[in-house]
Amino acid sequence: MRHIISVLLENEAGALSRVAGLFSARAYNIESLTVAPTEDASMSRMTIVTSGSEDVIEQITKQLNKLVEVVKVVDLSEAEHIERELMLVKVRAGAKEREDMKRIADIFRGRIIDVSDSTYTIELTGAGQKLDAFIQALDSGAIIETVRTGASGIGRGNRVLRA
Amino acid sequence: MDRIKGVELTGAEIVVRCLQEEGVEYVFGYPGGAVLYIYDELFKQDKVKHVLVRHEQGAAHAADGYSRASNKVGVCLVTSGPGLTNAVTGIATAYMDSIPMVILVGQVPTHAIGLDAFQEVDTVGITRPCVKHNFLVKNVADLAPTIKKAFYLATTGRPGPVLVDIPKDITAMPTEFLYPETVSMRSYNPVVKGHGGQIKKAVQLLLEAERPMIYTGGGVILSNASQQLTDFVRLTGYPVTNTLMGLGAYPATDKQFLGMLGMHGTYEANMAMHNCDVLVAIGARFDDRVIGDPKHFAQNPRKIIHIDIDPSSISKRVKVDVPIVGNVSEVLDEFLRLIRAGTQKPDAARLEAWWKTIEEWRGRDCLKYDRKSKVIKPQFVIEKLYEVTGGDAFITSDVGQHQMWAAQFYKFDKPRRWINSGGLGTMGFGLPAAMGAQMANPGATVACVTGESSIQMCLQELSTCKQYRLPIKIVSLNNKYMGMVRQWQEFFHGNRYAESYMDALPDFVKLAEGYGHRGVQITKPEDVEPALREAFKRKTELVFMDFLTDQTENVFPMIPGGKGISEMILSEEL
Repeated sequence: MRHIISVLLENEAGALSRVAGLFSARAYNIESLTVAPTEDASMSRMTIVTSGSEDVIEQITKQLNKLVEVVKVVDLSEAEHIERELMLVKVRAGAKEREDMKRIADIFRGRIIDVSDSTYTIELTGAGQKLDAFIQALDSGAIIETVRTGASGIGRGNRVLRA
Repeated sequence: MDRIKGVELTGAEIVVRCLQEEGVEYVFGYPGGAVLYIYDELFKQDKVKHVLVRHEQGAAHAADGYSRASNKVGVCLVTSGPGLTNAVTGIATAYMDSIPMVILVGQVPTHAIGLDAFQEVDTVGITRPCVKHNFLVKNVADLAPTIKKAFYLATTGRPGPVLVDIPKDITAMPTEFLYPETVSMRSYNPVVKGHGGQIKKAVQLLLEAERPMIYTGGGVILSNASQQLTDFVRLTGYPVTNTLMGLGAYPATDKQFLGMLGMHGTYEANMAMHNCDVLVAIGARFDDRVIGDPKHFAQNPRKIIHIDIDPSSISKRVKVDVPIVGNVSEVLDEFLRLIRAGTQKPDAARLEAWWKTIEEWRGRDCLKYDRKSKVIKPQFVIEKLYEVTGGDAFITSDVGQHQMWAAQFYKFDKPRRWINSGGLGTMGFGLPAAMGAQMANPGATVACVTGESSIQMCLQELSTCKQYRLPIKIVSLNNKYMGMVRQWQEFFHGNRYAESYMDALPDFVKLAEGYGHRGVQITKPEDVEPALREAFKRKTELVFMDFLTDQTENVFPMIPGGKGISEMILSEEL
């Protein structure tokens, strides 16, 4: 099953490779991993999307907690949470396609953030499935380039992850 | 706080001052370009003694053996590049067995890092998966706090090796020396006390058991909880088994001890483990060499209580019913307190019936071997070693058949006397580990049980033994084969002995003499005991005993890898 795990860890050189190394050494899956400093610059927050049986997920959270630089770990998918991912898509948008492309972007609430005479670059934010749906909706020949950040997640309401 | 106001020390001086502050007695190491400033400072003082090994693997194993035999932190010091890569096997060995060590490593100067400088490797990267934690010191002001943290991390929680990578320019830079008295890390707070409710539940479950079993591992030794374990076992009257890493935690000569369990464990220990209805695992981790196939193990229903300081060891291979995260010694203290305070006692009749079954299993005499043999049986050598040393020696071993025979036939009554590489299974561990054990216990009897193959993997340390006059007794069971490899080839690979025969062996007697030691070869069973007696009389000399043993002897019982207990092979079945 898919799980989304949030990790608070010391913002130190090498902390990321400890987490990545743990996943490869123990043959755990990583679907995506995002990380950036928090409002407290000494700490980073990481969101890992992974999959595995309940036993494997239990081991993943225990092994993450065991890393000396990790402050806190929470499996967001255990309760209500929100996740978002950012995608930038560069599409063909010559005179013929421009209108259609604009309309599809609008339907998905994408924003066109760069324009050339033959391309648009569209910014789209949402849950992973929404980004997938947008890609599906486009003619595959229309896509020149895509880049996705991987999911970031946060608990709903009063559910917080702090040091 | 030890602050020298206004006086600045160089990084190298700080390193040595930190070691002094930590009360480090010995540093096992090997000099090289990146650590020259540190060696210069070691040279200028005599509080911290340096032991010059002949290969960095030896330094790491010696520091490891020192730690296991003394309950102190093992410290080693190696240079950058090949110095570190040579030490990696030793670091990984310590990591697998959770041995507290601090490894200080030289690195190329900070400005040269990443430029493929001479003797540069990514030390932090290479060692990351085989240390508890590691640090690269980029600022001399961080040096003392980092070393303090390294010692703290190595010894608290589940212990392990911690590495500090120190660039050469940092060791030459001056700064004010300030050694922190305490360490506080928001990201590192190991649990020590077990959960009260869980402990109550566990004790209740144990006292109601029909067929209870106590299974303990290296954690009991690391936690110095042998006394508590012994009290607990005696108080309950329950049977107990130790893992390979846990031998000595409970007196092996006691009736309640069923011997070692696992792949080469006794029939009675494995059967009791398999057929019990309540199992308490203490500082042990249900690894593949202990329970084999977890699915097979899970077939028999039983309630499991698991005490471990590392939450990730719990429910890793086997689902448990009552997990207790905490330091083994503190949790056992609580167990004892509750049992003594309560009125409930184990049901004597049911316990008696359980012991009757166990005694039947014990009656199989699973460790029997041919005592009338005309060639030396390896088991016989270990039995005699046990007798001659009065069961009171520090025994290190390498890896293979000799290791298993030592574990089966030397009855360890005290913790920290049995020193072997259980997790990583590192051939070459025995001799340097014996050096560390002897350094930690000058005057004590230290023997290295090894084989002709293992001993050759860190043979160069015979030279270190000479330099420091370490009177280690080497008991080499020479069957001219990598015995355990040969055994597996015989059982599972159609007797095809691919590359397991040790051709062109050296003359070990001359070899020992070449290093300035005494060497002796023993070829007949009747010479075994006299040779051992003669060797152990020599309190100041290293004696290399080359026992020519039965080439075809196998280790029994054996549960083949990945199999279950019902597939155990006993000697008489062959």
